[in-house]
Amino acid sequence: MKVTEKDVAYVADLANLELTVEERVCMLQDLNSILQHIDSLNELDTAGVQPMAQVSDRYGMDESKQGSERFAYASREDILEGLRKSLPHDVALQNAPDSDGIFFKVPKVIER
Amino acid sequence: MDLSRLTIDAARSAIQERKTTAVSLAEAMYDRIERDDPTVGAFLTLSKERALAKASEMDALAAKGEKLPPLGGVPVGIKDVLVTKGARSTAGSKILGNYMPPYDCTAVARLEAAGAVVLGKMNCDEFAMGSSNENSAWKPVHNPRDLSRVPGGSSGGSAAAVAADMAVATLGSDTGGSIRQPASFCGVVGLKPTYGRVSRYGLIAFASSLDHIGPLTKTAKDAAIVLRMIAGRDPMDSTSAEMPVPDYVAELEKPISGLKIGVAKEYFGEGLDGEVRKSVEAAIQKLADLGCEIIKLSLPHTKYAVPTYYIVATAEASSNLARFDGVRYGYRADGPGSLSEMYRRTRDRGFGTEVKRRIMLGTYVLSAGYYDAYYLKAQKVRTLLTRDFDQAFKQVDVIVTPTSPTAAFKLGEKVNDPVAMYLADIYTVTANLAGIPGISMPCGQTREKLPIGMQVLGKHFDETTILRVAHAYENAA
Repeated sequence: MKVTEKDVAYVADLANLELTVEERVCMLQDLNSILQHIDSLNELDTAGVQPMAQVSDRYGMDESKQGSERFAYASREDILEGLRKSLPHDVALQNAPDSDGIFFKVPKVIER
Repeated sequence: MDLSRLTIDAARSAIQERKTTAVSLAEAMYDRIERDDPTVGAFLTLSKERALAKASEMDALAAKGEKLPPLGGVPVGIKDVLVTKGARSTAGSKILGNYMPPYDCTAVARLEAAGAVVLGKMNCDEFAMGSSNENSAWKPVHNPRDLSRVPGGSSGGSAAAVAADMAVATLGSDTGGSIRQPASFCGVVGLKPTYGRVSRYGLIAFASSLDHIGPLTKTAKDAAIVLRMIAGRDPMDSTSAEMPVPDYVAELEKPISGLKIGVAKEYFGEGLDGEVRKSVEAAIQKLADLGCEIIKLSLPHTKYAVPTYYIVATAEASSNLARFDGVRYGYRADGPGSLSEMYRRTRDRGFGTEVKRRIMLGTYVLSAGYYDAYYLKAQKVRTLLTRDFDQAFKQVDVIVTPTSPTAAFKLGEKVNDPVAMYLADIYTVTANLAGIPGISMPCGQTREKLPIGMQVLGKHFDETTILRVAHAYENAA
């Protein structure tokens, strides 16, 4: 499989990146060299092998339990304030690049 | 006070016994930082006010004759990917250049509750993506053992600060080797715990199924002390395990004779530097002399670990980093146009090259038509890699390997070759994929006096045994 310029443009679009012309050239080269290295995985027959998304459903818990029962310890009843009080409005907004004190402000979405 | 051999216990007891104060120790560290850090570059932000307040609190306890907590007055540094309330946390990225977190990372809060004095935030590769610390958006870190060389990455500042006596201990994060490899390059101890052992709450996410927080220290005992303080279930991280935390320090002195040590041939193959091989083999012989049984074994899927890692890690990163869009926090690029154009311009200017490369790769392997061929395939190989360890740990208690195939390389040496850079993690990524604990210990040096590290890997939640082996080796070496 070989990545093309069109793929780079398509993927950049999905990733919300623009990339300069120079960056696109480098990206094309780098992605192809990395993917070439990655292609060695095709040497392995993985038919019948279960995919593994994370470690914690295999270790560190009661192995006699199955499925979501294993994570029963991680769930709780809903409580009004949660485990930690929500941030006050002003604190939640203090890092915002632009706000009106109530909402985050962004460039206009709908033209009229 | 001689800062160069200062361990956690030595610092804490000097303050407890009123031979020094926590405030003067913190000030001595800041003097050292002012003198040496301009050439090393380990710190990004200093948190003097916060540090001195904590130090005074510890001095007051000591003055009253009260027993100090386990890290009472001990000066520490925190990798910049761990958020600290009111102290700038950039993750080494311009996109978070002005970010003042409204809360503390659990591991940091627990360290401070144990009396630690947080000196500041440590330099690192941007979003912990890198093996040389050259991807920091702010400045590179220089290896204190040889300033022309890299300290390793991504926790390069955390490792360099401990090596240069600018902190007694630091916290780092490890997604593919980012604690262990810099520890090896700088000649310090670095521990990556089991996945779920330490809460990730407040760690700016790179790859959530691979990210770990752990200590970098001068001794195995110090690593045990820090781990004991930061480990354990945290309701704010649902993947933190409901498992009791052993008293690692109490277990350290147990003799290691009779332990079975695995040596996997795949970790001693092509690409391993001759001097590193010799040192690690000598260390294994030392462990045999201490009464351990050495068992040769095979972890047959090892060579597929780096490709598997770079699919899983980048896929998760592309999703995690989608949150940086210039709306709620961090940098926003100026300019005309729509919301979508603002997002793009912000991310284009805010992220560095390596971060964009990984977002692109991760987005590609998750995109329609490639998901099965890359992402699903990698998840299946991850199962095979984990089974390799399951099998091996039926026969042995720990596995000893080199931490990195070479000692520290020169700044600039690998920046233009991403694949060569990724291969610096060849012996460390396996533990992240399988979630097992690993520690890197200094085990000698090259002719050019560069530190060499050996890695001790253990069973899930068995940090105790790897710490015992590391401690026994350290005492015998």
